[in-house]
Amino acid sequence: MKETKSYLSKTVEELKPSGIRRFFDLAAGMEGVISLGVGEPDFITPWSVREAAILSLEQGYTSYTANAGLMDLREEIAIYMQKSFGVSYSPQSEIVVTVGASQALDISLRAILDSGDEVIVVEPSFVSYVPLVTLAGGVPVQVQTLKENGFKILPEQLENAITSRTKAIILCSPNNPTGTMLSGDELNAIAKIAERYDLLVLSDEIYAELAYDDEYTSFAAIREMKKRTILISGFSKGFAMTGWRLGFICAPEEISQAMLKIHQYAMMCAPTMAQFAALEALKTGRSDVEDMKKSYKRRRNYFVQSLNELGLTCHMPGGAFYAFPSIESTGLSSEEFAEKLLLEEKVAVVPGNIFGESGEGHVRCSYATSMELLQEAIKRISHFVKQNPKA
Amino acid sequence: MKLTEKQIEVLEILENNSARIPVEDIAKMAQLTVAETETLLDKLVEMKVLVRFNSVIDWSKVDGHEGVTAMIDVKVAPKRGVGFDEVAQRIYRFKEVRSVYLMSGAYDLSVIIEGHSMNEVARFVSEKLSTLDSVLSTTTHFILKKYKHDGTIFEQNEDDKRIVVSP
Repeated sequence: MKETKSYLSKTVEELKPSGIRRFFDLAAGMEGVISLGVGEPDFITPWSVREAAILSLEQGYTSYTANAGLMDLREEIAIYMQKSFGVSYSPQSEIVVTVGASQALDISLRAILDSGDEVIVVEPSFVSYVPLVTLAGGVPVQVQTLKENGFKILPEQLENAITSRTKAIILCSPNNPTGTMLSGDELNAIAKIAERYDLLVLSDEIYAELAYDDEYTSFAAIREMKKRTILISGFSKGFAMTGWRLGFICAPEEISQAMLKIHQYAMMCAPTMAQFAALEALKTGRSDVEDMKKSYKRRRNYFVQSLNELGLTCHMPGGAFYAFPSIESTGLSSEEFAEKLLLEEKVAVVPGNIFGESGEGHVRCSYATSMELLQEAIKRISHFVKQNPKA
Repeated sequence: MKLTEKQIEVLEILENNSARIPVEDIAKMAQLTVAETETLLDKLVEMKVLVRFNSVIDWSKVDGHEGVTAMIDVKVAPKRGVGFDEVAQRIYRFKEVRSVYLMSGAYDLSVIIEGHSMNEVARFVSEKLSTLDSVLSTTTHFILKKYKHDGTIFEQNEDDKRIVVSP
């Protein structure tokens, strides 16, 4: 037999392991760590939602559902998207329930990419976009946003990255890791480019519920954009349901049906009890979402102002639950900062370079942590900053 | 009375956070200055909307302070001109009485009493409460265990189950 490693696919072998892994290993063995490194809500799924899932198990709903998901759930998703974001999709043909937004992203890319097709990824970005494009045979083209622009993509930057092979742009607003949210006008400018170069837009709207200052605009709600948009969303962030692994895609019928083809062969359907939970979340969970949102907003205000007072300058993020402060004042690289902060003060943050080169000089801090822990974290970071003045 | 958005914001912050939260932190959370926050808090106190900064204590864990709590359903005869208010006042002035509510339904006043022992509470009910002129009858329920009080779960065993670092 050949060396085992030689059996691996070249694509997979060349894939870089996520930098998050190293920090996880570093932090996992330590006691008394305050973690600001978590990409998920600190709330437990509301009891009414958990209870609905338990009831579905008691009633014996343990079999497969339709490939695209429970019809009742798709109908509720259609109502929810219409009411909350003003976009209308047919539950019969344009909505697919997936295993988290991650699977939604995967099958979206696989449905549209041929070998060598380029996809523009706006950086700093969620760690999965680039590898998933690669796995689908595409070529990721990274465009780096700047701190000076509040990590917003400028239309000309986007235009410069477009080639004859460009097929789609991946957008994420509010953004992980920067928390930046694009306004309706800014999305409009991107829409014009998508129109001009005839591109699709994969709009990752998983944080749509968590927009704090301005009204959220879905990319699909922009004039003439619905037909170009693959809207990816789910229950993980807004509804505090990360572990349930439940997301969904809304897209024009031809694209939805192509994704459904992949979904039915590769996944069959999303977990049934999670679908029942999501159904309950949509029916009765709105007030829970509002309460959580209020709580995040207050913690954001506290945390971002406190970071700025410590000289870790940070724009006010419009959404999600991340602050993305600059750590330049310490003279450390983002990996050095994160590692030292963890070892010396037991506060875990994620180095910005993990989200792409343009994240260097920053760290991602999640403020989805109790107020008491955030206050303690600020104390520790303050101590750390004083101990590490720029050389 | 109509409150401003910021007043409501600050009240919600107080309600959902520890009584130990510094004014500086409240100010940051509500996006106000410290001076603005202090003025706003004074105003809320003056308006008697903000009545008290409270802590929730589980005395049952403290030796010698366990105490007993009883909820008493009280039927009373309302009086012309003052309705239930006069008798309610006579009841809530006793320091043993923690809460008094006027209820709809089978009885009129719900009275919550705390004492050091069952005897003490029993004595209060038989000697002070039932002997009031307007009180027609009392039914006393002793609380055996407090699971959740004012929105706080006492035996919360729900530690953070999230992994330390995730994308």
